[in-house]
Formats: sequence, structure tokens, C-alpha cells
Amino acid sequence: MTPTVVLPVIIGGLYAAGVYLLLDRSLTRVLLGFLLLGNATNLLVLSSGGPAGGPPIIGVTEPGEMSDPLTQALVLTAIVITFGIAAFLLAMIYRSWRLVRQEVVGVDEEDRRVARREGIHADELDPDDLAPEDRSAAHADSLHSSSLEGDRAAEHALAERYAGIPSDDVDLPPTRGAAR
Amino acid sequence: MISVLTPLPVLLPLLGAAGALLVGRHPWTQRTLSILVLSAVLTVSVLLLLLADAGGAAAISVGGWPVPLGIVLVVDRLSALMLVVATTVGLGVLVFAVGQGSADGDEETPLSIFHPTFLVLMAGVANAFLAGDLFNLYVGFEILLTASYVLLTLGGSAPRIRAGITYIVVSLMSSLIFLAAIGLVYAATGTVNMAQLAGRLAELPAGIQVLLQSMLLIAFAIKAAIFPLSAWLPDSYPTAPAPVTAVFAGLLTKVGVYAIIRTQTLLFPTGALDDVLMWAALATMLIGILGAIAQTDIRRILSFTLVSHIGYMVFGIALATAAGLAGAIFYVVHHIAIQTTLFLVAGLVERQGGSTAIDRLGGLAKASPLLAVLFFVPAMNLAGIPPFSGFIGKLGLLQAGVQGGGWLPLTLVAAGAVTSLLTLLAVSRVWTRAFWRPPTQSPVLDTDQAAADEAGPDLVPEPVGAPASGDGATGGDGRLPNGATAADDAGSRAAARRAAWARHTAVATASTPPADQMGDPRVEPPLRPLPSVMVASTAAMVAVTVALTALAGPLYEIADRAAEDLRGRGPYLEAVFGDVGETP
Repeated sequence: MTPTVVLPVIIGGLYAAGVYLLLDRSLTRVLLGFLLLGNATNLLVLSSGGPAGGPPIIGVTEPGEMSDPLTQALVLTAIVITFGIAAFLLAMIYRSWRLVRQEVVGVDEEDRRVARREGIHADELDPDDLAPEDRSAAHADSLHSSSLEGDRAAEHALAERYAGIPSDDVDLPPTRGAAR
Repeated sequence: MISVLTPLPVLLPLLGAAGALLVGRHPWTQRTLSILVLSAVLTVSVLLLLLADAGGAAAISVGGWPVPLGIVLVVDRLSALMLVVATTVGLGVLVFAVGQGSADGDEETPLSIFHPTFLVLMAGVANAFLAGDLFNLYVGFEILLTASYVLLTLGGSAPRIRAGITYIVVSLMSSLIFLAAIGLVYAATGTVNMAQLAGRLAELPAGIQVLLQSMLLIAFAIKAAIFPLSAWLPDSYPTAPAPVTAVFAGLLTKVGVYAIIRTQTLLFPTGALDDVLMWAALATMLIGILGAIAQTDIRRILSFTLVSHIGYMVFGIALATAAGLAGAIFYVVHHIAIQTTLFLVAGLVERQGGSTAIDRLGGLAKASPLLAVLFFVPAMNLAGIPPFSGFIGKLGLLQAGVQGGGWLPLTLVAAGAVTSLLTLLAVSRVWTRAFWRPPTQSPVLDTDQAAADEAGPDLVPEPVGAPASGDGATGGDGRLPNGATAADDAGSRAAARRAAWARHTAVATASTPPADQMGDPRVEPPLRPLPSVMVASTAAMVAVTVALTALAGPLYEIADRAAEDLRGRGPYLEAVFGDVGETP
């Protein structure tokens, strides 16, 4: 058996080019990369059957000189699968182009939104910014809350600050007697 | 008997898919057919489990080719158990989908391809569980993946296409790695039959063994979503229709876990990469659950907990003891059921509240107490609160880890406990926000009377009837009458807050008209009634998860015996090489 260097070089080259294309944002290149990788893998499986020989099974070759039929059967299956998936991927790319006029790998918006959120530590909240009923019982203001002026000023500030902010993190609506 | 039954879990759904495609114009015939087929598969699977548990593993060679040449299907305790659980959740999800389809019409799936594709998916899952050689396992994976591509992009809307492309490209990569690994395995050993490989792989040099093992593990780890190969999952799952996400979350990752169990126990029992798996399990658990805590959408939270809890199973596998494997198997069974159920509940939440973003939901416990119960029970089960099966599974794994000894297993035991606590935090965030906090879609907030009622005595010091709150409520701009009394101020401040609140939530709840369009403030928002079939199927799935708790004893015994089989390898090899004569 004479080892051949051609197949490994071709397989390696296809893998390299395929991975390079697969890393692109453009979906057409991704598809091309996938096709190259698929063919590289098919060649790899085919070459794992050993050196080429005569046609197997039909009986024109001595058993010792036959090619391995099993790898050929495996590769046939793999080719069919790759072909079908490539067609599906092509349809997806076309659909993506029709829908959003671009054929690039999209961004997960929700993921970005979560990543942009700022953390608020409870200890960093300024009690003076909170509504009086949200303050802790030990807060100094709540001890002498009979000073209506202070309360009212705080409430003015609060209402102005938060009126336009639609966030449940600001405060909650009253829970008592939810009119049911 | 067992040789007749074994091919049926693959064959029946494939034939059923063909039939369902033929009767595509008659929705009810199609639905009935799909449900009947899956019920039949469930019956067969239960029989297989009983037979395999009583009589041990069995193998049949398809087409009558002698064993190392032909395709072999093998049933042992593990694969039969996985079949039973998979078909059970498949059936539950199918009924849920039928309920959703009959409630919504089929506008999202105009070609009525859901049912045939779903059956193909189940055939692929069954084929992967029964496969006795690596290439048949690959074909099983491809069948279920191709079906999943179609299901994930059902309807072809922009978000689904975007998510689908990520999912497909990642899955393709894992398939190619798997195929290349099969080629290399064949080149090294000259066979792809798993039982034969069990003997031949051991004769290879250690370096080649590790190479082949790591390639197979990488391919399966992508499918099972093990960190660092898990990033695709939370990105692609949440956009699919609820039943699709449910079955994906329950089944597809577990097929990867099953393949890892087979590889680690049957093909590479030396445990060369156990430490790597331990680290992967540690990272999967912690990073997954931290991701879940950061999210604000129920489906994304559940997706991240899914990733996180895969870590428990990998931990059990990496321990490579009978106790660890038994714990992992039990946990797989528990997690398939629980994760599917939770995603189904998320689908119901979306129907009821119009969204799955927990910032926008509220008051669901009051609006629909049944839904609250349906969420609460599996959520506590997922977090591992004592009476439930989640607790039993985690306890088994942690005990196995402590038995294993060594600092790495003990670290993982600690991480497992922390992950469990953080899971509780994640699901209780959903509970307190979406279910417990006051309803966000309250149109009654619009009037003085209601505002005063709403506020209650401790917010408005003066009795009911404070005159000024209407302005604030309608304008919502924080305008305050300067000369007002303290009571007025309190009222208008509260009203301004409520107005902002009402505006915010009016957009959020799709099913509820905005507050200012409601004529009579006392009219309840027209909640869409939940279709009874969907509720019933979800309730049945919740019942299944509770039944897992009740049946935990016998189930854990089966898992123990399955783990013994896996550790010993004898039953599997005997089944393949001994029962060759039996052909269907």
C-alpha cells in the first residue's frame, strides 16, 4: 500500500477554507463554508476506507483487492443529508433576504438589552429619593413624618421625576383593595 | 416479542408522518392520527421497558444482515427508559399543540406541516436512543435535527429565521464534527458497530483514544448545550412556538446527554476525560444559572436553567460510578418532564398575559389561580424543594459526589447546592413578578374613586373623595396643583404614579385594551379564556412530574439497574453478539 499525500492535503485545504468562510457574517459565505466542510468530511470518511481498489460486491474483483464498500455507503448517506440541509439553508437565506433585506447572521436583541442593563444595589439607593412609604422603618424621616412640608416637597420631586418613567423598578402601585 | 417491538418506535412515527402528510387537508383527521400514533408508540415503549427490565438487553439486526455488518437496534434498560419518557412528553406536547391549533386556527403553519414534522422528530429521537452503531446514531441525530430545523422556523417570521439560522449553523457544525469522528473511528478500528468498538477501541494507543473520544464528546456537547458550547441555546429556543420550544427543551439536549452516557460507558470506560467533564459540568451549572438570573423573560430564564441543569447530568456521568450514573439517569428523566412542563406553562402565561417578559406581567395568580398552581408546582420541583423529584435527583447526585471523594467532586457538590439555590431565586423572581405582584392591567386606575379605593387608607390619609387626582391620572405628567391640601397632593402623586403605571402596562398586555379606552371603569379586562385542551394537557404534564415524585422509588431502582448494566457493559455486548439469530 502506497500512502497518498493528495487526499490529506485536499481535505486539510477544504477544512481550512470552510472554517474561514463559516466565520463570516454573510450567510451566503456561511453556506459555502458549510458545503466545503461537508465535502472535506465526506472525503475524510471515504479515505478512511483505505486505498482504492476494484469494484466491490458485484464479483468481478478478488475480495482482497476490493474497495471498502461500507465507507462508500456511509458517504452516500452523508452526501444526501448534506445536500438536503444545504437546500434548506439556501431557502432560509432567501427568506431572510426577503424579510429584512439582509443576509447576515442576526443579533439577539434581547440578549443585548439584558447586557446593557445597569445593576442597582439595594444599599446604594438613597432613602431620600424613595417615597416615604417605601423607606425602611428605621429611616430618620419616618420617625417625625408629621412635618408635612418635608413630605410634600419630597412627593413633588418624586411625582415630577417618575411621572414619565414607565418602569416598575421605580415603585409599585398600591396593593390594597385592588377593586375586585 | 421484543424483536418485533423494537423497530416500532422508529417505524410507527415515520409511517404516521407519511399518513399525516397525506391527510394534510383534513386537520382533525391529521390530529387524531398523530395522537393515535404517538399513543401506540408510548404503549410499545412501556412494553419494551417492562421486557428490558425483566429480561435484560436485546438486540435485533435490521434486514437480517449478520451483526458486525448490518444495522443493529439495541434495547437496554437505559434506552427503553429514555423512550418511555420521551414519548410521554412528546404526547403531552402534541395534545397541547392540538389545543393551541384548534384555538388559534393554523395561520402560523399554513401547510399543516407541524404534525408530520413532529412525528419525524419523534422517530429521530427514538432512532438515536435505539441505535446500536455510531452511524445509525448519526442518522438518528440528522433525522431529529432536520425536523427541528423545520419546527423552529415554522411560519418563517423574521425573528424565527434569525434564531433558526444560528441554531442550524451550530447544529451543522456538531453534525460535521460527529461525522468526521465516525470517519476517524472507522479508519482506526474498521467498524462503527458500538459493541464491536467497545472491544477494538481499547486496543488503540491512548493518544488516539483520547482524540476520538474528545471529538465525539465535542459533537455531543454541542447538542447537549454544555458550556462553553451552550451559547446557541438561549439564543434560538425562546422564539419558537410554545409547544416546539417545550419539546426541544425537554428532548433534544437530553439526546445529546444520552449519547454522552453511551460514549463514556460503552466506548471509553477508561475515564480519560472525566476531569474535563467535571470542569465542564461546574462551568455549565454556574454560568447557566447566573445567566438565568440576569434575564427578564420567562422563556429565556427557562432556557438558561435548562443549560444550567445539564451540568448536573454531566456531573453524574463524569463521576463514572454506578451511583453517579444512576443519579444522572434519574435526573435526565426528571428534567425532560419538568423542563417540557415549564415551557408549556410559559406558553399558557403568554396567552393569558400577552407577554412572557416578567417586567410586563403581573397579577396572574389572581387572574388565573389554576395557572399559578400549574407554574408553582413544577417551578419548585425544578428548584429541588424537598418532596419533589428534583430534590431526589439532586440528592442522589450530591450523595454520589460525596462518595466519590476528592476535592473536585466535592467542589461540584458545593456548586450543585449553590446552583439549586440560585434556581430557586430565578423561578421565585418569575413567581413574585408575574404571579404575585398586583395586576398591571387594571383599567380601574383611571378614576378618582378607583384611585382612592386602590390606594387604601394608608396611602391617602383623608377619607375617600379627594378631588384632585383626576388630572394627574389622565395627564400623567406630574402636574401638581400648588394650593392643594396635603391629602390632594398625596392623591395626585399616587395618581400620577398609577397613570404612568397604567400607560406602561397598557402597551404591555396585548389582550387588554388600553386603560383610556375602557368605557366603564368597573368592567374587568376581557381576559382571553385559556383553551381547555391546552390547560388539560399542561395539567397532565404537571401530574406526570408529580407522579415522578410518587414513583421515585421504582424509577430510581430502574436507574440503578441501568447504571449497573452500563458500568458492567456485559449485558449490552451479550445482547448484540448473542441474539444475532433473531430477525424480524
